[in-house]
Amino acid sequence: MHNKPQLFHPQAEAALANPELRANFRGAMDYLRDKRQTAFADPDEESAIRDRSEAIRQRCLSKLPTLLEQLEANCIANGIRVHWAENAEQANALFADIIQSHGGTLAVKGKSMVSEEIELNHAMAKEGIDCLESDMGEYIVQLGDETPSHIIMPAIHKNKQQVADLFAEHVPGFKHSLDVDTLIQTGRNVLREKFRSAHIGVSGVNFAVAETGTLCLVENEGNGRMCTTVPEVHIAITGIEKVVEFLADVPPLFSALTRSATGQTITTYFNMISGPRKSDELDGPKEVHLVLLDNGRSQAFVDEEMRKTLQCIRCGACMNHCPVYTRIGGHAYGTVYPGPIGKIISPHLMGLEATQDLPTASSLCGACGEVCPVRIPIPELLQRLRREAKQEPRPGVPALRGQGAAKSNTEAFVWRSFSLLTRYPVLYRMMSWCATRLRGLMPSKLGPWTRCRTAPRPAARTLRELMAERKK
Amino acid sequence: MSSTIRIYPAKPEKVYVYATCLVDMFSPQSGLDAIRLLELAGVEVIYVPKQTCCGQPAYSSGYEEDAKTTALSQMDLFPEPWPVIVLSGSCGGMMHHHYRRLFAGSEREAAVNQFCDRVFELTEFLVQVCRIRLQDQGPATSVVLHTSCAARREMKVHVTSRQLLGQLDKVELREQAYESECCGFGGTFSVRHPAISEAMVQDKTRHLHDTRAEQLISADWGCLLNINGAMEYQGKDLQGTHLATFLLSRMEGHNAQ
Repeated sequence: MHNKPQLFHPQAEAALANPELRANFRGAMDYLRDKRQTAFADPDEESAIRDRSEAIRQRCLSKLPTLLEQLEANCIANGIRVHWAENAEQANALFADIIQSHGGTLAVKGKSMVSEEIELNHAMAKEGIDCLESDMGEYIVQLGDETPSHIIMPAIHKNKQQVADLFAEHVPGFKHSLDVDTLIQTGRNVLREKFRSAHIGVSGVNFAVAETGTLCLVENEGNGRMCTTVPEVHIAITGIEKVVEFLADVPPLFSALTRSATGQTITTYFNMISGPRKSDELDGPKEVHLVLLDNGRSQAFVDEEMRKTLQCIRCGACMNHCPVYTRIGGHAYGTVYPGPIGKIISPHLMGLEATQDLPTASSLCGACGEVCPVRIPIPELLQRLRREAKQEPRPGVPALRGQGAAKSNTEAFVWRSFSLLTRYPVLYRMMSWCATRLRGLMPSKLGPWTRCRTAPRPAARTLRELMAERKK
Repeated sequence: MSSTIRIYPAKPEKVYVYATCLVDMFSPQSGLDAIRLLELAGVEVIYVPKQTCCGQPAYSSGYEEDAKTTALSQMDLFPEPWPVIVLSGSCGGMMHHHYRRLFAGSEREAAVNQFCDRVFELTEFLVQVCRIRLQDQGPATSVVLHTSCAARREMKVHVTSRQLLGQLDKVELREQAYESECCGFGGTFSVRHPAISEAMVQDKTRHLHDTRAEQLISADWGCLLNINGAMEYQGKDLQGTHLATFLLSRMEGHNAQ
């Protein structure tokens, strides 16, 4: 049973009550923050890299429809078969068709958050196709029948003890050990065998280059290269926003991505896939497919402000720096993408009705916006989504799926009253007079506030009154 | 949000002070002390008694229309071209940045932007515009400083509070762990998501307390309501003081509190 965004509150409370989970996240996030800090030691360079990355992503999104057509044409020219999917069902049907047309029963997968989005593994299992995760973190998550808790570190919620226990339960012949190298080697041995026998390789895409029809894949373990070269058929899946215009757009974004994500100046592997095996080549897949998924992204695209959501290059820096994510971890959100980026992308993927508690689960501290390599104004977008969740559609602004889902007459009344109070100083004065004169009657319990704090005590007299006296 | 460097004007003769609703009701002494500090810095302070609240609670709850009417009513109270000095980074961020966003594209946009340009946070104004020099007359003490997220990331004035404390010879500034992390207040966030807010304020109070500093200072009453309430609930004796009160006490040679 997987988590749901509708159950955000109880899921968050459960995570907060789990000291081991909290220690795992705090430790891992501190580590990733330090790594990023080291990679961006020079603030001027950091600023320049972020400016450039933002400009590239905004330019590419501004011509998204054209670039997608160009990407399709150039991929086809390279021998890559291109498919379009509006939603998860269509994408899974495409996968099933391609795999079954080859009589495939086993697919090895490189890390892909979009494949998590469509729940590819479960959909393929229903078709009798076994999908095996080959990224070490994803493999651990799959063994435990879990979902990733972080977009680049899927098993970050587990410590080595928990991984060792999991291997002991599921991997035949594993001798219990807490040595990280032994654990990694154990996983690798299992996976190595699967690469040999799988017909199908599945991967995500970090950047799809329109100009050349090239699919770029960023990774550290080499499993991505194995998945995209060893099996006879390679199927790549990505969201429609991942397209970039020029090959020259890739190096700056790649650098911004790796520095922000893991503090690396470059990853161990960087794959550029430009088509299937050619007639004079000895290896590589015989067929390469690209599935381009919308799944709600068009909704963000049509709104100029929310389009900025699609600038994301999936580095995870926003979650690493988020005080909320650091404390509740990724699973509590109940969405594929957790953390700050998850709060602003999930409403488009799943609708505001299901995700209405996510935009409010932020103190708007701004730590996410401060580190985003493509300068997505995450706090402003959270603010925007709060508004859309509470309000009816407005003329001239496209309505969101689930628009107004969090509408509450009581709350509307509260803020209308607040507004009146602030606009009419006489009313405000009466209120503050009562608060100060009746402060002895202030209840010591004030709902959720006093679960960990004493109730605030108004002063004996307001500043306005004291200033009136000061003038005398 | 603009990431451009702010250009500061020369020191004016008069300023408005925007005390904020929290100072008005929970710590009027901070307001009096801030006004005195500004006067000592050589500016005449105009306090408009009709001021109420900047509208941030409605705004951050998604009720932008209500926030707009509040914002208009507040801006109307400050017609002269004098700077508006806000005694909180958070309310300062609302009035300097978010008012612009609220009225972007409307017929009032230009007037609103002119108002926003006049909004300064207190420490920013004292350091960057008044170029205040403080004479420390108080006894030796140690302090820990909590800076609000809005002061740090929206107003980018976390340095000016430190600069002011740095001018005090006998005040040792202690560094807390996770200094830049949010205290968990976030206005209505603290009651909409009380468990998460609790986890955040518990960490914050622990890190502040662990410094063993004699005094806790902040220039934001939002954070202080949260932190002080949690400290008191936990039975800790550290209670935060507004920076204005602390600075004035140092200049006058007595202990704040």
